[in-house]
Amino acid sequence: MNAELVVGALLAIPLGAAGLLALLAGYRLTARLNVVASLLTFGAAMALLLASPPPPGLYFFVDDLNIVFIVINSFVGLTTSIFSAGYIAHEIETGRLTPVYVRFYHAMFQTMMFGMNLAFVSNNIGLMWVAVELATLSTVLMVGIYRTHEALEAAWKYFILASVGIGLALFGTILVYMAAQPVMGEGLPAMVWTELVQHASRFDPALFNLAFVFLLLGYGTKVGLAPLHAWLPDAHAEGPTPISAVLSGLLLNVALYALLRFKILIAASPEAISPGPLMVAMGLTSLIFAAFMLYRRRDIKRFFAYSSIEHMGIIVFAFGVGGPLANFAGLLHMAMHSLTKSAIFYGVGRIAQVKGTQNMADIAGLTETHPWLGWGLVIGVLAIAGLPPFGIFMSEFLIVSSTFAREPLLAIPLVFGLLVAFGALLLRVTALAFGEPRGKVGPAEGSNVPMFAHFALVLAAGIFLPPALVSWFQNVAAILG
Amino acid sequence: MDSLVLDIAHLLAGGLVLASFMMLYQDRLNALLNVFALHAAILALAVAWQAYIQNAPHLYLTAGIALVFKALVIPLALYRIVRQLGIHREVETVVGIGPTMLAGMALVALSLVLMLRVTPGADYIAREDLAFALSVILLGLLMMVTRRNAVSQVVGFMSLENGLVLAATGARGMPLVVEISVAFSILIAFIVIGVFLFRIRERFDTVDVGALDRFRGDRG
Repeated sequence: MNAELVVGALLAIPLGAAGLLALLAGYRLTARLNVVASLLTFGAAMALLLASPPPPGLYFFVDDLNIVFIVINSFVGLTTSIFSAGYIAHEIETGRLTPVYVRFYHAMFQTMMFGMNLAFVSNNIGLMWVAVELATLSTVLMVGIYRTHEALEAAWKYFILASVGIGLALFGTILVYMAAQPVMGEGLPAMVWTELVQHASRFDPALFNLAFVFLLLGYGTKVGLAPLHAWLPDAHAEGPTPISAVLSGLLLNVALYALLRFKILIAASPEAISPGPLMVAMGLTSLIFAAFMLYRRRDIKRFFAYSSIEHMGIIVFAFGVGGPLANFAGLLHMAMHSLTKSAIFYGVGRIAQVKGTQNMADIAGLTETHPWLGWGLVIGVLAIAGLPPFGIFMSEFLIVSSTFAREPLLAIPLVFGLLVAFGALLLRVTALAFGEPRGKVGPAEGSNVPMFAHFALVLAAGIFLPPALVSWFQNVAAILG
Repeated sequence: MDSLVLDIAHLLAGGLVLASFMMLYQDRLNALLNVFALHAAILALAVAWQAYIQNAPHLYLTAGIALVFKALVIPLALYRIVRQLGIHREVETVVGIGPTMLAGMALVALSLVLMLRVTPGADYIAREDLAFALSVILLGLLMMVTRRNAVSQVVGFMSLENGLVLAATGARGMPLVVEISVAFSILIAFIVIGVFLFRIRERFDTVDVGALDRFRGDRG
């Protein structure tokens, strides 16, 4: 199969769908079209697995690393669009959203998918920057869609911090070009990632170091690393829940992907600073900070947003430690976290709709009143807390053991952070799921299928990873160095 | 290259830094917007000069965008918003103007020291340009954190962005500069039109971000 065609489809489907959805009225129809477009995108992503990778071009390329991200991304995009259809129908019935805003919402959803796919397949660091900006901008607009005080404040904070991050990342990108230009000459090749990697060893190390610091701060803001995370909990809590799911499950990954590309680049230059210690420090800070902050949260979506900061911290830590095993574990953890966290948000979104509140104190006894939702939440929290037999247990176990093997002292704060977060998660889930029921007990509308489909995958990954997948991830871990 | 060419490039880039400083001490929104229009006009000149000395005609397009869009359209749109909301009076600052100016000087010194030290091998026009550009970026950031008013935060962001465009055009032969400046213009247009006109105005009498802070849940 022709891979260029597939890449074209990956970009054209969401872009075309965005245009179409902006024009069509009628939320039932557009919600279905949104699902169809996401399904087609997922199909294209799967086709990419079968296609033989083309030689890298000046703008686009496909390698083992970005395929992993594309497949996870389009799968979570698909299930989110299914969840979103039911969620939006409820929001229209209760009058929180009007049909005009829903039209806007669907168009933005597909624009965001386009931006993310473009960021993944771009071989050009300038194009990648534009794509990440596009994906961010579309989510900013969706976070503010309820137009309440809180939603506006969240969207505003998100916009300010994200644009500062975007600005710093662009400055870093320009510095990379400046470092490359004396070696590779002027023009396009000096911004092409595959070319840059080959010549990175001859770049001016001082300029390159400075570039990486700007890139780490810039894209790190969008990964939600502490202390640059302030936008993340607000944006998760105040936007529509499908957007919380894609923020945690997808958008953080896009920024992480950009960071990983530059990490590989700077690691290819022997004289430049090694990126590992910086990433380890930021990862650990995020993990421990978020683990403690979990105890003080009252809003259920904010609570899980902090859990996302914690997990992004773990992932960045794993990639910072580096080496085949830690990279493998980081990649697996990234995949498992995307699936689990978006599934939790599917559950949380429906719980918040049933109860009419996001305040955790007003929600209790879910397993009695809504067994599917309640037990779904329990399963999700057990999975995200890293209990066996779920996939996150395995990835966390691998991260801890590889850290012990390489830097035993670093394992102490890591395990400490994991345990602190574990306690907070168990404490909250028992209050939410068990005990005397509190709050409204109306029927839950919509489908549980997306949530349990994700849990099934996470469980399957925890019990048995197919050898093909293992060797695939090992290849990618080797690319990551 | 003869030194007059370089001197003009440095004069224009230095002018941008000066305009950034002027923005820091404006205490009325209309005056702030005037200075921002000046900032964008200087950027347009600096970019056009780079286009001339690098013999890169596509950069004239970036200069044109800066002149038409950022020096005219955006300030006019913001004047309108400011007038309609009746917020043309004083701008509330978080930190006093004196300390802000001192912090600004420190940031400029920092960026000069940093950039000149790490770029001895780089192209010598790009070198000073980058140092000035980083100063403009940092001053834009400073403005964003020291102002409470949403309009002045947007102006701060746009001045930051002007610094980025200066850096991108200073890097000799950098591809995609035009595309990046277009992408930024779209971002700004979206924010100015979307967030301001349709969102914030519907809900608030003022565009003071302090009003957005009224909500205190378990934020942070």
